[in-house]
Amino acid sequence: MILGAYSEQTPINIITGFLGSGKTTLLKGLLAAPDLSDTAVLINEFGAVGLDHELVQNVTESILLLDNGCLCCAIRGDLQGALRDLLSQRQAGEVPFFRRVVIETTGLADPAPIAYTLLAEPVLQHHFRLGGIITTVDAVNGANQLQRFPESVKQVAVADRLIVTKTDLAAPGQLANLHASLRRLNKSAPVLKIGDGDIQPPTLLTDDMYDTAGRSREIEHWLRAAPGDDALMHDHADQIHSFALTYDTALDWTAFGIWMTMLLHRHGDNVLRIKGLLNVAGVPTPVLINGVQHIVHPPSHLPAWPSENRQSRIIFIVRDMDEERIKTSLAAFNQIANPNAMPGQAA
Amino acid sequence: MCALCGVLGGRGHWTESAAAPEAFASRAEAHTRARERQQRTRLVNRVLGHYGLRLGDWSAGSHVLRGRTGRTALVNNLSEMWAAADDLARRDCDPLDPDLLRHLAGR
Repeated sequence: MILGAYSEQTPINIITGFLGSGKTTLLKGLLAAPDLSDTAVLINEFGAVGLDHELVQNVTESILLLDNGCLCCAIRGDLQGALRDLLSQRQAGEVPFFRRVVIETTGLADPAPIAYTLLAEPVLQHHFRLGGIITTVDAVNGANQLQRFPESVKQVAVADRLIVTKTDLAAPGQLANLHASLRRLNKSAPVLKIGDGDIQPPTLLTDDMYDTAGRSREIEHWLRAAPGDDALMHDHADQIHSFALTYDTALDWTAFGIWMTMLLHRHGDNVLRIKGLLNVAGVPTPVLINGVQHIVHPPSHLPAWPSENRQSRIIFIVRDMDEERIKTSLAAFNQIANPNAMPGQAA
Repeated sequence: MCALCGVLGGRGHWTESAAAPEAFASRAEAHTRARERQQRTRLVNRVLGHYGLRLGDWSAGSHVLRGRTGRTALVNNLSEMWAAADDLARRDCDPLDPDLLRHLAGR
């Protein structure tokens, strides 16, 4: 096999969310859709009862159960092993052919190490790529959990999709407050509500920035996170907030890489998520970047600009970092490659 | 190496356009790895100069980072380089440091 394009590798979607937020109910609904029947599922059981596994096991045959509790750095070897086994079984025809994988994490899991495992592991990096990170949030208890549990905040901050569950049990005021909290923490992820017809099973698992058919729709979501509505974007004690930088001058890819690697080396613990649509000097089509903490996945692209707007747009979700300092720093690095560019052209 | 399909090596570092050729396929200007490597070395040395460090070529796959005292480190990509730079410079290299930004602006 020749090392293929990143977009041609099997996507791995992550379904995460705090304890009791409805991850398995969502997954069960998704797997019932005929278009998603070719999905392999890895479930990370937590606790002695293993109720989640029992609920899902009749939906698909290709379930592998991870044994060691939380899918964090300490046990990502299990994830590595499970994915390698799945790959071998697919190649040997021992399991039905699958086109995507879904990992359901525990309620306390940090999704970032999963993304790291896919990129760093020498076998997996040839066959799998990160798809979307889908985070469920309980409409009734979600706001309280975001105040009390940093795990919940992190799961929301790194998400590509936020799914609000149990909306039929919540008062209108609860929903509005939760929605505001979610937007503060993550302004780029669409907030979808179960029960409102928002959930379209096929696209929920297939649209991501590497999917050839779905990437344009994915970018539309990002672009709705327009700059200029950043007031009150800071949240409570964790000081996690999101903002979008726009940049008028074409970015030099080399200078951008130097800047980004340096930023993530020094501040990666506090840069929870980066997504960007970049106007790269010398490249007529937009280049897409996607980072989860220290991990940046290979860039992708759109076949054409979605509008006449040629600005670079980069969405940051950060903890305790100043937007203005990041904006100024990127401008300064870009200027060393483009001495004629005016500094501070990030709008 | 991928044990299943026998492909040697991994995907290149994300900062190298060869790691994602489809993303840069529409580039009109002739582009080579060697030219990109030279440009990367030139630009990163503007930054490293602030810390008394200098990056030079070692082989096609790696660079050598040198400190003021002659200490060196071999690095394979930019992510590795910043960790080595902290060590050789004996300080934290921070892109948000106002002194660094003044250095880059030539002030």
